[in-house]
Amino acid sequence: MENKKAILVLEDGSYFEGEAFGRTGQAHGEVVFNTCMTGYEEVLTDPSYKGQMVVMTYPLIGNYGMNEEDVESYKPHVEGFIIKELCDYPSNWRCTIHPVQYFECWGIMGIHRVDTRQITQHIRDFGSMYGVISTESFDVQALAETARNLGTVKRDLVDMVSVKETRHIEGPGHRVVVMDMGMKENIARSLVKRGCDVYVVPCHTSAKEILDLDPEGILISNGPGDPQDVPYAIEAIRNLIGKKPIMGICLGHQLLGLALGGQTYKLKFGHHGGNHPVKDFNKGRVYITSQNHNYALRDNFCKQATITHINLNDNTVEGFVHNEYPIISVQYHPEVSPGPHDSAYMFDEFMDMMASA
Amino acid sequence: MPKRDDVKKVMVIGSGPIIIGQAAEFDYAGTQACQALKAEGIETVLVNSNPATIMTDTNMADNVYIEPLTVDMIEAIIQREHPDSLLPTLGGQTGLNLAMELAEKGILDKYNIKLLGTSAQSIRKAEDREAFRETMKAIGEPIVDNVIANDLDTALTFARKVGYPVIVRPAYTLGGTGGGIARDEHELRRIASDGLRLSRVHQVIVEPSIAGWKEIEYEVMRDSNGNCITVCNMENIDPVGIHTGDSIVVAPSQTLSDKEYQMLRSASINIINALEIEGGCNVQFALDPNSMDYFVIEVNPRVSRSSALASKATGYPIARVATKIAIGYTLDEIINSVTGKTYACFEPTLDYVVTKIPKWPFDKFVYAEKTLGTRMKATGEVMAISTNLEASLLKAVRSLELGIYSLEVDHIHRLSDEEIKSRVAEISDERLFVVAEALRRGFSMEYIHDITKIDFFFLNKINNIVALEEHIKTLSRDTLDKETLLKAKRMGFADAAIAKWLGISENEVRQLRKQYGIKAVFKMVDTCAAEFEAVSPYYYSTYDQGDDWRPFDKPKVVVLGSGPIRIGQGIEFDYCSVHCVWALREAGYGTVIINNNPETVSTDFDTSDRLYFEPLTAEDVANVLEAEQPLGVVVQFGGQTAIKLTKPVADMGMPIIGTQPLYIDMAEDREEFDKLLNELNIQRPAGATVFTAQEAIDAANKLGYPVLVRPSYVLGGQGMEIAHSDKDIEEYIGIVNRVKQEHPILVDKYLMGKELEIDAICDGQDILIPGIMEHVERAGVHSGDSISVYPAQNISAKHQGIIVDYTYKLAKALHVIGLVNIQFIVYNDDVYIIEVNPRSSRTVPYISKVTGIPMVNLATRAVMGEKLRDMGYGTGLHPAGEYIAVKVPVFSFDKLPDVEVGLGPEMKSTGEVLGIAKEYSEALYKGLLASGIKLDAVSEGGYVLMTVADADKYELVEIAQAFQDMGYNIVATAGTAHVLNANYVAANVVNKINEGSPNIMDLMLEGKVKFVINTPTKGRQPQRDGFKIRRLAVEQSIPCLTSLDTARALVNSLRLQRQGQKLQPVNLKDVEKALLSGAK
Repeated sequence: MENKKAILVLEDGSYFEGEAFGRTGQAHGEVVFNTCMTGYEEVLTDPSYKGQMVVMTYPLIGNYGMNEEDVESYKPHVEGFIIKELCDYPSNWRCTIHPVQYFECWGIMGIHRVDTRQITQHIRDFGSMYGVISTESFDVQALAETARNLGTVKRDLVDMVSVKETRHIEGPGHRVVVMDMGMKENIARSLVKRGCDVYVVPCHTSAKEILDLDPEGILISNGPGDPQDVPYAIEAIRNLIGKKPIMGICLGHQLLGLALGGQTYKLKFGHHGGNHPVKDFNKGRVYITSQNHNYALRDNFCKQATITHINLNDNTVEGFVHNEYPIISVQYHPEVSPGPHDSAYMFDEFMDMMASA
Repeated sequence: MPKRDDVKKVMVIGSGPIIIGQAAEFDYAGTQACQALKAEGIETVLVNSNPATIMTDTNMADNVYIEPLTVDMIEAIIQREHPDSLLPTLGGQTGLNLAMELAEKGILDKYNIKLLGTSAQSIRKAEDREAFRETMKAIGEPIVDNVIANDLDTALTFARKVGYPVIVRPAYTLGGTGGGIARDEHELRRIASDGLRLSRVHQVIVEPSIAGWKEIEYEVMRDSNGNCITVCNMENIDPVGIHTGDSIVVAPSQTLSDKEYQMLRSASINIINALEIEGGCNVQFALDPNSMDYFVIEVNPRVSRSSALASKATGYPIARVATKIAIGYTLDEIINSVTGKTYACFEPTLDYVVTKIPKWPFDKFVYAEKTLGTRMKATGEVMAISTNLEASLLKAVRSLELGIYSLEVDHIHRLSDEEIKSRVAEISDERLFVVAEALRRGFSMEYIHDITKIDFFFLNKINNIVALEEHIKTLSRDTLDKETLLKAKRMGFADAAIAKWLGISENEVRQLRKQYGIKAVFKMVDTCAAEFEAVSPYYYSTYDQGDDWRPFDKPKVVVLGSGPIRIGQGIEFDYCSVHCVWALREAGYGTVIINNNPETVSTDFDTSDRLYFEPLTAEDVANVLEAEQPLGVVVQFGGQTAIKLTKPVADMGMPIIGTQPLYIDMAEDREEFDKLLNELNIQRPAGATVFTAQEAIDAANKLGYPVLVRPSYVLGGQGMEIAHSDKDIEEYIGIVNRVKQEHPILVDKYLMGKELEIDAICDGQDILIPGIMEHVERAGVHSGDSISVYPAQNISAKHQGIIVDYTYKLAKALHVIGLVNIQFIVYNDDVYIIEVNPRSSRTVPYISKVTGIPMVNLATRAVMGEKLRDMGYGTGLHPAGEYIAVKVPVFSFDKLPDVEVGLGPEMKSTGEVLGIAKEYSEALYKGLLASGIKLDAVSEGGYVLMTVADADKYELVEIAQAFQDMGYNIVATAGTAHVLNANYVAANVVNKINEGSPNIMDLMLEGKVKFVINTPTKGRQPQRDGFKIRRLAVEQSIPCLTSLDTARALVNSLRLQRQGQKLQPVNLKDVEKALLSGAK
């Protein structure tokens, strides 16, 4: 790895100097931090990170290399990767791709040898904010200005990562339509593992088109950005409620909430990690969950639904069920990857819902 | 679920003396448990035979019993205290085994005592090999195909079936005692017989070896509601095959992908659920480096050494949380004390790398077998934290206090390529340095990996360090630029190492750093990678940009800790450091601790106002001092580790609080000290200061043999020997010079008299001597290895007066402020000084406990300027109370094959126990019993084997007579038997080893010998007969007495036992009460 200088500038003018890896030039995005100690490849390829630059709080990244199995979509989506140290000598029997080459091949901009803890503390204290990584210009003021302007541009991030055409993964069991808002591949894998016949449909698919596929259940996937930026999806979901069993995950959970008349709000710096304790009131237990979201549902969102899960750290809404219809929804990621596998039972509940519908 | 309301009085069993495999981590665990119970208003009854612990302080538990950890004694305490519950999982394997025995014998039921936390059934499921195997099969967790053998034949048959090598592990032992890898039938016979004997249930497990797989551990917590979390995982740099206690371990795992990490995490949670553990649990896995295959190796259903490490590595207080779970709380009800906001029900995430390196006793046991395997040999460990692996490794290396500041070690650097080649294949304490040297020589990583199976990731990390070391060697002060220096500092390089390679002084490197603006910053250990604002004042240093350090407005004092537990410097110095901090807090000072031992109470982040987890070297300490700018530094409580830092700290212009450096030096400097003694008209054994072997020989001949030789600035008698001839001296100097000697060697006339010892507190004006201790063994046996009695039983008023007088004079002359320890010899009615240590000593905790004088507290107040007269404990020699306390040393010889068992001036014990009673004989009996000597096994017709040096033969007669009177049969080697028979003690002659079978060894192997009395002639070479006898005794668990004084004490105890007197437990509170009323 040659040492090429790079700089990360945040919209408030704070900056961090380090070294570049991957693509050179400039990268922009909302800077968030992720506290998972393993699973960087899953993070990189998670479509929910579209539009974001991710700070990994664990300092050593790339230790076990990359492979073609641990991907959550066909390519990385992060706009920039901000880490302490990129490993130049990965070691794991499943490693097929060298981390340094990975970033170069995919054209992802990275900066390392920065104090990631300091950046994390900054975001924790002042909230997630836009930033620019640059290897060309080191004009902090100008880069901060660029970062500030990023926040004013509205983009349909979901549309950018959703499939363009319906994808069918055949299976012998329940037919499930997944509304792809930026689906992590492990959602599909989790359904396939349970024998489902899976249709992954683009985010713009209407309720009618979905129902025409004659699904036994509908899953609204995770995805990037603000749920209020995808009114068309909320509209489609509104027309699906009560018709079929529905499960929402992450962005899908927020969209379900909005479709039911709830409200969402932006968290200061979100939840991004694999150690979030979530209390499941039905089970009377706490599960350690994998999370990745910047927005949350207000807890008084809807009279038709009952909150089933809360986050033990900040009491935010983590899940609900509909009081009348077979609808379950969780803010966290039961499909994990990365993160602990404790909450995979949510998929089984979805299966049960379809079986008894 | 809230706290159980049926728990009002809890008994906590400690882990007993520090031995290899069970060290200070259980003081940390027990102390956290007691604190947690206290905070809940629950009354505690603490039982532990180890007096050097914080947990046995009367301010920790409501009722403290320093008593032998036997079922009978625990029952006697239960009868007296009536606890309603027992907490079994915080006292290590010892505590757990004892609790299980109490349950099995129906004692818990008899007294209606609940077992808190994990149930007896669960413990059995985890501990009993067969039950464990069934449970794992039931939940589909893979275990290595194995056989549980109750006899040798089963083991041999199985090994024939699966093929060698096989691993042997005994059931119910700690630290893998008696285990090993057998490569062939011959080895299996030996290892399996050992294991069967050492197992409490006479069971060993035999399994195919999976040596070379990755060894991964998870620390898991579970509550009664079934909530489970993993606190952290750890990866051993040394693959499967080396006991985890002897492995270099990093946290979190480094070479596992999320899929592997989560696979093993899920397995851990399945296991803890299946076992229905309520509390903490440690799960060890072997993971195939080339597939997703794994095996569950072991589960510890209790707080362990690894959980202490995990606690310190993450900031998550495992023992406290386990205690709260035990009394009914669930994880989501327990607040995370690090953030103060979130709950204990979450998983810590790290934004740094932690490295643990074991501390082995091989610097003391030069002839010990240094190869590592499944039997643990380390006495302690160090931990270091940094934001990269290289720095955390290098910080851990220099925390070991081996005088090594990089991966380059002189004596390894001097080896030939061929030697390096063979050393790479050897699994030893030095392998890290050998591997580094091999990389330095250009051996390929593939080559090293093939032999060691160390993962390429770690080899690359080592190589990064070596490459930068080699680069810096090519530079000079003028060509070392800022960028390179910063890179080196970020990688954890010590100024001392850089200085050595550049040929400049350490201070010059420091100046260069200042010039370049390269400064250490401090990061916080906060359990959450900065996601939440933390309130834990727990720091480590790095050379990054952001500094978590915040000023702290209070006049503060820095207390230097004592580093890793090792022979000669054990838990007692942690006890002293912690008490010093507590006393400073009481007095309103801000407190700062610097230490690197993950097992101890001092490194709990709530012990002091600020904890710096750092190496105890001049540079690392200086970084902290520069940031904190304290009033001063206290060095007298952290053992030699802290004392050695006096000069560098003083050179920084930082005040030393307490006895001043000038006087610390004066006590250590031979000539200065002799001069002082002359002025004070105090005698000491004649001696000389020398530098070379020839000078030593000349001095010895002038003084007349035998002489004591040792380096000045000693630690626990390190490198001390009695020399009887010129040859002894030559051999000795050769060994001593292996470690770089900055200080001269001392040669003293050896006087074989009665040894006495005091600890005193001085305020510059008055002194307070809580008591005089007498050693059972005469001079020549290291004070740490002697049985020590308080108050002295055989001392004349005259000698007592002289001792007080000398103490006063010396304290005055050395301007001692704080603690001083002085050792005396009474020889031919004269009192001689052996040594003066102006600092805390290993006897301070026990003397504090039995005299009720909180020595460290008073000493701390004295160093901060208070006067003894105002403290309410009087001055001068404190009157003795009505209780007698006998401290008995405990050894770990069974863990260290090839180590000489015989006692001498070099300290060998790893820990100690205390017996307290109103009668001397009962106190001694309790002490011996607590030390593990099987006194209850007295049987008519048992044999006592005697073989002693000529000089001891006549003295033996009386002892042999006593044994005979109790019905023992005496067997002795010809010379010894001759003297005994001539003095009317019937002794049968047994053949020496070279005299053909049946000989001594055969007799011992038959299991009839109950005691061995063998005094070493001389020398430490393993090939001698005496050596072999003593080793065999250790391996056969036969008490081996190498001093006639110890033998005499033992005989007296046996007599008492035969009188059938029942031992009375003593509540330390009653001792204090008696002392208080006595004082008034």
